[in-house]
Amino acid sequence: MASVSETQAANTPNPARWFVVVVPYLWLLLFFTAPFLIIFKISLSDTAIAMPPYTPVFPGFGAISGYISKLDFENYLFLTEDPLYIKSYLSSLRIAVISTFLLLLIGYPMALAMARAPITLRPTLVMLVILPFWTSFLIRVYAWIGILKPDGLLTLLLQTIGLMGPNEQVLIFRTDIAVFIGIVYSYLPFMVLPLYSALEKMDNTLLEAASDLGCPPWKAFWKITFPLSLPGVIAGSMICFIPITGEFVIPDLLGGADTLMIGKTLWTEFFGNRDWPLASAVAVVLLIMLVVPIMIFQNQQKKVV
Amino acid sequence: MAKSLGPVKRKFSPWTDPSAVPFIRFENITKRFGDFTAVDNLTLDIYEREFFSLLGPSGCGKTTLMRMLAGFEEPTEGRILLQGKDISGVPPYRRPTNMMFQSYALFPHMTVEKNIAFGLEQDNLPKGEIAARVEEMLKLVKLEPFARRKPNQLSGGQRQRVALARSLAKRPKVLLLDEPLGALDKKLREETQFELMDIQTNLGLTFLIVTHDQEEAMTVSDRIAVMDKGVIMQVATPAEIYEAPNSRYVADFIGDINILEGTVSTTESALGAPGAVRIDCDGVSVAVEQECQAVKGDRVAFAIRPEKVRISPDQPTDTSFNAVYGEVWDIGYLGDFSVFLVKMADGRIVRAAQANVSRLVDRPITFGDMVWLTWPLDAGLVLTR
Repeated sequence: MASVSETQAANTPNPARWFVVVVPYLWLLLFFTAPFLIIFKISLSDTAIAMPPYTPVFPGFGAISGYISKLDFENYLFLTEDPLYIKSYLSSLRIAVISTFLLLLIGYPMALAMARAPITLRPTLVMLVILPFWTSFLIRVYAWIGILKPDGLLTLLLQTIGLMGPNEQVLIFRTDIAVFIGIVYSYLPFMVLPLYSALEKMDNTLLEAASDLGCPPWKAFWKITFPLSLPGVIAGSMICFIPITGEFVIPDLLGGADTLMIGKTLWTEFFGNRDWPLASAVAVVLLIMLVVPIMIFQNQQKKVV
Repeated sequence: MAKSLGPVKRKFSPWTDPSAVPFIRFENITKRFGDFTAVDNLTLDIYEREFFSLLGPSGCGKTTLMRMLAGFEEPTEGRILLQGKDISGVPPYRRPTNMMFQSYALFPHMTVEKNIAFGLEQDNLPKGEIAARVEEMLKLVKLEPFARRKPNQLSGGQRQRVALARSLAKRPKVLLLDEPLGALDKKLREETQFELMDIQTNLGLTFLIVTHDQEEAMTVSDRIAVMDKGVIMQVATPAEIYEAPNSRYVADFIGDINILEGTVSTTESALGAPGAVRIDCDGVSVAVEQECQAVKGDRVAFAIRPEKVRISPDQPTDTSFNAVYGEVWDIGYLGDFSVFLVKMADGRIVRAAQANVSRLVDRPITFGDMVWLTWPLDAGLVLTR
């Protein structure tokens, strides 16, 4: 895409076309690169008892040289010294990997059923998948507290249908299980939609051809449908995996004290310990960690196209 | 036109042999989709090693009929016999038929080799045998250099060859071809038609082809079934279909034809020929040497192919029948042929085609000329349906 617009812009020096190319880059520069650089700068500074609680970002040109000498990577070093941070990162990755896998397991059959549904029904099904977005994300996660807490709706339901005695309770609230439930619930649309768009595009005659050549439907799924839906699988997994890794709200509301996630650690550093430089370092490392899978994803996309 | 590439085809006509057992039999097949009847109580026999065409306009039910044989649709009523065995309820992946799809339906994530090997792998053949068969197929369709390519790196003609190789790889008892050459340009299509015929004769397979292209059907088939609205109008060899269509529909669908509606005036051999019929087509008196069921007073159609009509500026000696006088209204120059549209005094148009046998004609017939159209007794035919 980019190369096409570049060559066209080179061939015809059209200011309007040039403008179209520049706007997204300007947007990225203003709202991604600049904030990132500020965060990166903070991560190299020291804590200060001040408001805001860090040494000034830009004290004027005269002070710059002396100022730069004060910057160092000690916050990054500290991240490797205290096992809390490494544990948080690993735990986040573990939760993200398991959640993404669960999302695939639940989302794929859903997307497949949607793609195979009668064409008149499909827009309705897509609407239903998007419907939860009409309610605030925070409220939906709060609602899960009401369902999962020991005297919540789930306990009540199980007691009513007799699967559980009147004195028993579901004790999953404030555990990793509750976090997984919350994550899978919240991210399901982000998994289903890319999968659906990949599966819906698939030519049904390919499956007829497979069947015609002696391949029964269950085998044809693994030989034809799944390989052809891989771009959707990768897109859905990335779209879910990346934000889940940095997820803060769900583990904070549904998770227990021992649910370690980097988003929570980050929040504690910023607002609990007011150590903005260290928190910034945590954020920068997280970002680098997540950029790697995105690059793998883009590489994959190039191969597919 | 009729250049033969392979060995001269043997005379082949099992359908004339009453003791021959049909290879495929559609028995009173009806297929409905909701209120729509796609195929209506159709019975059809196809013989082994036959190259059979289903020909008709889109929506006539020809593709549905083929899909029922492949197993993608089940007949609402009736049954399909393959070698005498009822194959209703047998899923497509257990039928000894293979299909070449109109869209080719090549697996985009597999190489040419893998596509061709796909069907063989389903039969769990040994690896060496699969490789040998793929090799053979690649050679057959002349695609050896492209074995490792993906379908999207091939041209339309090459994809069509891969599709053909893939459907032939399993040596199916019946090969089904759904508009196989539709996406090719005319030149390539004609070439491929002859190649298909060679492959069919050499491998000794039964081919069933669905097409709306009458020229294609005429070229490749042993027999053609002309379909309309879910029923078969006529099943016959290409020559019979062309020279002796059984209805106005078939006559009109295949090739170019003049049709004059009229009333039978004499059925006696008034012209000295047995079985001759005289028809009065609103002032044009037509005599046809043909035995037909029509009796005096019947409304019938007289049909004659343009190439059987002679065009001349000179008045014939006998203008009492088989002669039309009119003005040249339009000329279509086709290179090998010129088609003249001659308008009679009452406005009806009769077409006459003339082979352009010499490059330069002294005084060619041109627009506005008054001409006579004549034809012999055995040139036209009477259509009662």
